Amino acid sequence: MFLTRYTWRTGLREVLLLLVAAVWWLPIYFLAVGSVKPNEQNFSSPFALPSRIDFGVYSQAWKGSGNGTLGRSLESSLIITIASIVALIVLGSLAAYVVARASNRLGNGLYLLFVLGIILPFQLAIIPTYSAFRHIHLVGNYAGMVVLWTGLLMPLTVFLYTGFIRALPRDYEEAARVDGATRMRTFVRVVFPLLRPVTGTVAILTGLIVWNDFFLSLVFLSGTKNVTLPVTVYSYVGVYASQWNLIFATVVVSVVPMLAFYLFAQKNLIRGFTGGIKT
Amino acid sequence: MPWAWALPALFFLVAIHYVAVAAGAWYAFTDWSGTHAGAKYVGLSNFRQILHDHTARTALVNTVELAVSFVVIVNVVGLVLALTLHRTLKSRNVVRSLFFAPVVLSPLATAYVWSFVFDYNGPLNAFFKAIGMPSAQTSWLGSPTWALWTILVVLVWQFAGLAMVFYLAGLQGIPDELWEASAVDGASTMFRLRRVILPQLAPALTVSFTFMMILGLRVFDQVMALTGGGPVDATETLATQVYKQTWVYGRFGYGAALALVLSLLIAVIALVQLVVFRARERRL
Repeated sequence: MFLTRYTWRTGLREVLLLLVAAVWWLPIYFLAVGSVKPNEQNFSSPFALPSRIDFGVYSQAWKGSGNGTLGRSLESSLIITIASIVALIVLGSLAAYVVARASNRLGNGLYLLFVLGIILPFQLAIIPTYSAFRHIHLVGNYAGMVVLWTGLLMPLTVFLYTGFIRALPRDYEEAARVDGATRMRTFVRVVFPLLRPVTGTVAILTGLIVWNDFFLSLVFLSGTKNVTLPVTVYSYVGVYASQWNLIFATVVVSVVPMLAFYLFAQKNLIRGFTGGIKT
Repeated sequence: MPWAWALPALFFLVAIHYVAVAAGAWYAFTDWSGTHAGAKYVGLSNFRQILHDHTARTALVNTVELAVSFVVIVNVVGLVLALTLHRTLKSRNVVRSLFFAPVVLSPLATAYVWSFVFDYNGPLNAFFKAIGMPSAQTSWLGSPTWALWTILVVLVWQFAGLAMVFYLAGLQGIPDELWEASAVDGASTMFRLRRVILPQLAPALTVSFTFMMILGLRVFDQVMALTGGGPVDATETLATQVYKQTWVYGRFGYGAALALVLSLLIAVIALVQLVVFRARERRL
């Protein structure tokens, strides 16, 4: 079974696996084909290709029903995701640099404080955070979401950065300092560029979590125009009942950005997951 | 050291994690309704109510049942995929990305596709009819017996690719000599799996089991999309109950108590699992 030679049994295994993969992708097939089918065919012949292709539902889905439109929530999702990633990278890399380079008690204590945050339960934190945010007008807007995500994902970010920086030799920074560069200049010009691989991991992991989140957006943004894609999909589908072509078109619009990103950057994405776990 | 550089991050950390978690734990012992009225300390009353409330008890049992079966199945599927896809197969890279794709897609959005699959007039029942088993047709999402297991199917479908990637990373760490030596010795496949491969995969097993257990215990999106918790509480989980009690019914104190139960459940189960796996890793 684990030999490296390619025998007829390996061929059989390959065919079998391709069949399983095809079954795995059936839902994605239903989604893509079902959105351009006349709705009654989704029930009469769910497996068949459409008899005629109708993109009309897409314009209907795009216009949507209710508070925000899909276009508007696409914008919200993008803004919240990008702003959160940037905040996490800037604040997280700075904090991790201090934590990693201070090899004394204080540095270790700080590291522990950050990393313990990974296991603290966010479900419990959300309820008081929500009421505090309501007082300071951070419910229902982008700023609140970015503050929330920056706090929630900071432990993961600092954990990833610290592991990477600790393994980084100090020679470059010391050379820059000897040349008379300030600390900040050294960090921005010398250290930060060296962090590129882990910055990629942080951006991918946190971006994926923020982009796909449904629960927090539902709690903090519901009922406003600033809802993200998952919340909009949730509220649309409630109205569409059994109009599957319309539901599918809505879902397609909401997953296409991520699917495109996946096709474009899948190697880095998968490495981000395993790298995030291993460091 | 420029300690001040760590301050902004530290501020967010302490505010959203430490202060908020502490405040949440305090609210669990109050009757707070989320308004300005303030919170009155009521001792263990919320927890007593959880024990007596049928919905909360069902949610607790569902959460554990779902999480445990999810962890076992997703890891078996992921491990089998990884072992099959490690080396030799010509299409391995394509197939890997096919299985991993669901991991990156919105759980809520993809769950709606599954609600079509499980619809009474949907493809699953059409399939049963086509293969001559019309009696197997059921209202999957409307049945108190089946609804919970439809959520399990969706969870496994979405995350098996992630378990696969964890195990593939582990398999890559196994030195070539080990594969070759065991092959030359003529050891049986099962023997090699148990004695050669699994011990080498121990760290990957620990990571995957812990990660999946936490995912399973927190399940929310799939339930909201597929059943909304119904029929008659049959698919309520602790996470959906925390949401409904707090934000739908405005019972912030009771919601916090449910969140505390969920947090303790995650902490205890994940910790026990971690200790057991680490102990086994050491013995291997």
